[in-house]
Amino acid sequence: MSVSNAKASATASESATPSDGSSGAPLLEVRGLSVVYETSSGTVTAVDNVDLTVHRGEFVAVVGESGCGKSTMLFGIAQLLMSPARISSGEVIFRGDNLVTMNDKELAPVRWRNLSVVMQSAMNALNPVRRIGAQYADTMKAHGVKSKATIRARSEEVLALVGIDKIHLESYPHQLSGGMRQRAMIAMALLFAPELIIMDEPTSALDVVAQRSLMLQIKELQQQLGFAVLFVTHDMSLVSHFSDRLLVMYAAQEVEFGETRTVFDDPKHPYSEGLLDAFPSIRGPKVPLVGIPGSPPALSAMPTGCRFEPRCPLAYADCKVVEPELYKVDDVLARCLLYSPDHRPKEHAGPIDPTAKESEL
Amino acid sequence: MSTPILQARGLTRVFRVGGFGNRGELHAVDDADFVINESEIVALVGESGSGKSTIARLLAQVYTPSSGEILFEGTPLPQLRSRHDQMRYRAAVPMVFQDPFSSLNPSYRVSHGILRGLKLHRPDLDAAARRAEAERVTEAVGLSPASEMLEKYPYEMSGGQRQRIGFAQALAYRPKVILADEPVSMLDISIRIGLLNVMATLRDEEHVSLLYITHDIASARYVADRMMVMYAGRVVESGPVEEVLQEPQHPYTELLVAAVPDPRTKLTMTAKQAAGEPPKVVNPKPGCRFADRCPLVREVCRHVTPPLLELQPGHEVACHVAAENAGRAAESMEAAA
Amino acid sequence: MTSATAETTDTVTPKTSGRPSGTGMAIWRAIRGNGKALAGAILLFIFVVAAIFPQLFTSVTNANDRAYALSLPPSAEHPLGTTSYGQDIWAQLVWGTRETLVVAVVAGALASILSVLIGVAAAYLGGTADDLLSLLIDVFLVIPAFPLIIVIAAYANGGNLAIIIVVLVITGWSYGARQLRAQALSLRRRDFLESARVRGEGWFYIVIFEMLPTMVSLIAANFLGAALYAVLTAAGLQFIGLGSPSSQSWGTMLHWAQSAEALQTGQEWWVIAPGLCIALLGAAFALLNYAFDEISNPALRPVRRNRRNRVSK
Repeated sequence: MSVSNAKASATASESATPSDGSSGAPLLEVRGLSVVYETSSGTVTAVDNVDLTVHRGEFVAVVGESGCGKSTMLFGIAQLLMSPARISSGEVIFRGDNLVTMNDKELAPVRWRNLSVVMQSAMNALNPVRRIGAQYADTMKAHGVKSKATIRARSEEVLALVGIDKIHLESYPHQLSGGMRQRAMIAMALLFAPELIIMDEPTSALDVVAQRSLMLQIKELQQQLGFAVLFVTHDMSLVSHFSDRLLVMYAAQEVEFGETRTVFDDPKHPYSEGLLDAFPSIRGPKVPLVGIPGSPPALSAMPTGCRFEPRCPLAYADCKVVEPELYKVDDVLARCLLYSPDHRPKEHAGPIDPTAKESEL
Repeated sequence: MSTPILQARGLTRVFRVGGFGNRGELHAVDDADFVINESEIVALVGESGSGKSTIARLLAQVYTPSSGEILFEGTPLPQLRSRHDQMRYRAAVPMVFQDPFSSLNPSYRVSHGILRGLKLHRPDLDAAARRAEAERVTEAVGLSPASEMLEKYPYEMSGGQRQRIGFAQALAYRPKVILADEPVSMLDISIRIGLLNVMATLRDEEHVSLLYITHDIASARYVADRMMVMYAGRVVESGPVEEVLQEPQHPYTELLVAAVPDPRTKLTMTAKQAAGEPPKVVNPKPGCRFADRCPLVREVCRHVTPPLLELQPGHEVACHVAAENAGRAAESMEAAA
Repeated sequence: MTSATAETTDTVTPKTSGRPSGTGMAIWRAIRGNGKALAGAILLFIFVVAAIFPQLFTSVTNANDRAYALSLPPSAEHPLGTTSYGQDIWAQLVWGTRETLVVAVVAGALASILSVLIGVAAAYLGGTADDLLSLLIDVFLVIPAFPLIIVIAAYANGGNLAIIIVVLVITGWSYGARQLRAQALSLRRRDFLESARVRGEGWFYIVIFEMLPTMVSLIAANFLGAALYAVLTAAGLQFIGLGSPSSQSWGTMLHWAQSAEALQTGQEWWVIAPGLCIALLGAAFALLNYAFDEISNPALRPVRRNRRNRVSK
């Protein structure tokens, strides 16, 4: 009995059939997701009302700096939050089912078969005292695959997919180099040929050449096997050539979401623009750069109005009091008052006259 | 040509590794030659295991060289024996560390390290003068108002601010060369530029040289005057930063440059090129260490270690193929004595 | 699967109102904010006052005086009654606080100092010195207290306070030394220590002024643990008669109560009172110890939270 048969029989035994028949409907739809956690000084919102969609075979990247909530959001989507963090509102619709309302028993068939996770550091996620092959076997046994032959065959298959010699099934994680360990993690995520793989900064512990190699590998596998990827990173330039759509997060909020090329060539939100400008280029003229002065607000002490206002070069009076929504600008969503229907479009803006509009306050 | 502030000749550092059965020698740095002159920023670039951090620690005297020598203003380090000379060197060549969260003692205010350093290395100053100098260097790294900033505890400062304090500590010694070991790699992207600008300011206004150790070539380009590329413990290319980046002579430098993600340019690297990893150099045999991954590899590369030759003015490369293209094959390929 | 917490790596921690003016203030505020710590601190405070000013609690000036009628039950004049020898139990209790507390604090402090010196030196020096010191620590770890003091008491012809303190220190320092060595080892590679080395500081300065200040909470917790150990063990030693018979302490009270068979003769308070006080003093140290753990490691703090809500639509 092959692995895919095992998966099919498992899904057939579920009472509810996923209702995402058409290829047009998104594979993953996150609506209004908020994650809070309790501290001794009150409730802190780590993820504030995030919407995103991932279609079949798509590569969506989530970028942001430390503390913006991107990893927390990822854990929230994967239903891996542990107290004191919890999802306070929102839905995570995966293949038609809302994962947030499902308990562990209902989630079990989904986990790893349809949705798998690659962690940031393989040394944290792989058991250091068990061989790689044994860990793959554990995973498969946990999902009902009993035949040793099937387990062996599939393990060798996934290792071949990531370019690791099958002899390493007998190796311990510390015997592999950093890049190989990450690829072994990815291979593990592929065991059941899931439709969506969620990756939390899988390349940040690697050197630049190994990073590039891993990204290329992921992209190749994606084209070969057709899975979708939700990829979290702090390094925007890393995903610039690989992602289809890009979501930028700042201070627990989504501030820009659109096609990667569009966001890179014409960023709408001042934060995205500042972030892009903070990467010195290798080719082309050397220009002095400024970065973004200041630091992100502490999650427990959010300013009123727009959260980026204290650091924004284009801020004006309204920004301190009005909280911007996600506005649609061309094909992109941007959370900036410059694009709210009451204001002039950015392209036409000279210096924005703060007295020109007495908008609702 | 004035004497360089720091010069390394044949610098080698070997560590003994392994247990009873398989003792070996890990060659962290092999035969490194380089100079650091006045008022320049030299970027030392390489991946992990390339030996760049070891070079910093050799220069900071955390390790002693296994062979080769380091010259400070023309004098070999072992000749600086007296306490006075030692302290003079430590003041002239201080170090800034990578991790902003462990580089400052959490029990004291951030002024502690600066004031201690001043007490040790500038004994001519009294308490008031020390305070004034501490404030001056804090302003010089962009932290303002200095008097308020100095009173904070590390936990009250952001990572970027803490790294600036690290530079202020170094600046307080009136150094000649600051060894900066990956000073921005643990900071957020939007903060890095600020620190890099501080480094450039130190060079331009305080006339301090910097050895900027990093794996991030783009930031090296932004701030450095010259660049040295290391692979598996050896210096493989060195020269003016624009020249090395736009016209790399060594295949490893080419690979590094192609691997750097730059959203503004198209992707040029393929998976095959990127395969492979730097070797751990234990009990090495002669030969080029990049041979296994090199697209231009030849038979001689596997047997003769290529020496670092100056193929163009100021631009050195350790590669047989590059040497041949420059008409110096014989020099490069003769086996080392 | 790690629990998701928001990173605040590059955000500035907002200043809390009223910054501590020193470590003393910081400790006081930390204690006030933690329930366990407050309870422990109050208990300890009561005992300390009783030790320093016993006159505040009882009018009797010498508790060992056999001045009263024998074996009286509790009354207004003798709140806990009298012993079979005619001593006021309450007075004995109050006056006994001093010696018990002195043993606890002195033995605890000396043991802690020894732990710090040996543990931190072992970690900092490394190499053979570390190996030797670790061996020393391990050997002392397994020496049992009771047989040791019996042997020593035999030589000294009867125990006294000083001997008890010495034995407690000898048997109590090694546990803390292991902990402190482990923490010091993890600190060795921290950049601020390397920064001090590169700056040219001597090793003595580095250990005392750079390392120890960051280990204060562990050292304090160590002291409390050692004091707790001292209270209980000293009481035990005195109970079996290895202390000085004329000393005024709770353990000795228990000893005399035991020999006079107090429980069988209806003088329960002679036993219960000192036993309870020993337990309370021990609890005070233990509570403060827990609190120090929680204060220095925020991950251990209990968080008051609502029951997990599953959102359903």
